[in-house]
Amino acid sequence: MLTKRVIPCLDVKDGRTVKGVNFSNLRDMGDPVALALLYESQDADELMFLDITASIEKRTTMLHLVERIADSLAIPFTVGGGVSKIEDVTALLNAGADKVAMNTSAVKRPQLINEVSEQFGAQCCVVAIDARRNQADSSWEVLINGGREATNLDAFEWANACAARGAGEILLTSWNRDGMQTGFDLKMVRAFSQALSIPVIASGGAANPESFVEVFEKAEADAALAASIFHDRLYSINDVKQAMAAAGICVRLLAEKKMGVKQ
Amino acid sequence: MKIELEVDLVDVAGGNLGSVGRCLKRLNVPYRLANAKNPPSGNRPIILPGVGNFGAVMNNLKRDGFDQLLIDLIAGGTPYLGICVGMQVLFDWGDESQVAGLGILAGKVVKLEQGKIPQIGWNQIEPRKGDGMPGYVYFVNSYVAQPEIGENIFYTADYHGQFCAAVQSKNITAFQFHPEKSGEFGEKLLCNWLDTVNQC
Repeated sequence: MLTKRVIPCLDVKDGRTVKGVNFSNLRDMGDPVALALLYESQDADELMFLDITASIEKRTTMLHLVERIADSLAIPFTVGGGVSKIEDVTALLNAGADKVAMNTSAVKRPQLINEVSEQFGAQCCVVAIDARRNQADSSWEVLINGGREATNLDAFEWANACAARGAGEILLTSWNRDGMQTGFDLKMVRAFSQALSIPVIASGGAANPESFVEVFEKAEADAALAASIFHDRLYSINDVKQAMAAAGICVRLLAEKKMGVKQ
Repeated sequence: MKIELEVDLVDVAGGNLGSVGRCLKRLNVPYRLANAKNPPSGNRPIILPGVGNFGAVMNNLKRDGFDQLLIDLIAGGTPYLGICVGMQVLFDWGDESQVAGLGILAGKVVKLEQGKIPQIGWNQIEPRKGDGMPGYVYFVNSYVAQPEIGENIFYTADYHGQFCAAVQSKNITAFQFHPEKSGEFGEKLLCNWLDTVNQC
């Protein structure tokens, strides 16, 4: 059976891993490749790198980093952030990224999804959606530009449109839960995952291994992504996977090798 | 026939040539890119990667005259490893593009019928013959091969029903999954294949 995936996310600025609150007070967390290899050794199923570099001139730094990551890692990885045109996608894939995540650019020009999917295949075409719950908690609105700008676009309809245009996966981030460490938005993830014909990666709110168990058991997520709980060394990826296995969730766990390993 | 250590990695512009090449580099396996200028030589093991579209890979093979060349070399005993679409094109027919494949193995390639499409992620493979090892490997596919000859099935996996995850027949080995993206276990599968090749 296909296993449920656990995906650590690394924010990258000017080629370094950074951590902060809402992209401010950034702290340097070291070389992304070193951290990526650590996560790989803890049985991460994939990795996500989000480039938050502001200046366009520094984008080549990201491409060099992607090449280093591709040379070093033996598991798939996705790169997102600042992907605005098909040339950006081509450059990232040529540098060795397995998938590219598009967000604001896809909202502004949805045809980009079709182009990427047709040229490179649905498997590398991830659409990231930042969704904010409306007050009645019955629908969700798409936010763009790092969650700073509202769009009036219904996130559920947008996700379905993305799938129809050829997206291979949806990375669904709850704006309300992001950084809160109160658990994933189960209601939202369930609604999207049940309705969509393509995999849904839940994001935003992971607090502990139990958060992952919940989002897979109760919300039928295909994969779940988190940053802080791993970077802060609160839990290792292996801790999360042990909890998933204990709950009877199908998970890739190289337990005989990693049992008992703590960071 | 003496088989060289250096691998002919076929460039079909399918997209994942890079990741297979990088994996071979990590494993210290020498390889060269086989393209129209440097076609597969026959005395080097061949790896055909390929992500994406069945028809596009077939078109690229035909453009370079590699379709008949592969048929001839494989018939002549050259070790062949197909990955993903590089496995699918071995068969008679691909539903994805409604075109014929190389027709080296009997069977067709059909769309997965249930569950989310594409299948993306780690699935456990079970050996069906030989000295294969069970383990988790990374899949990205919407289509699967249906070999007519059951004995050719090397590994199976389950995605809302059992499917053929790998085939093995004489000098042909092919994986539907991506060994180059399947961590240590995937690298081990590649190394095992190279070991058998070099014993030929």
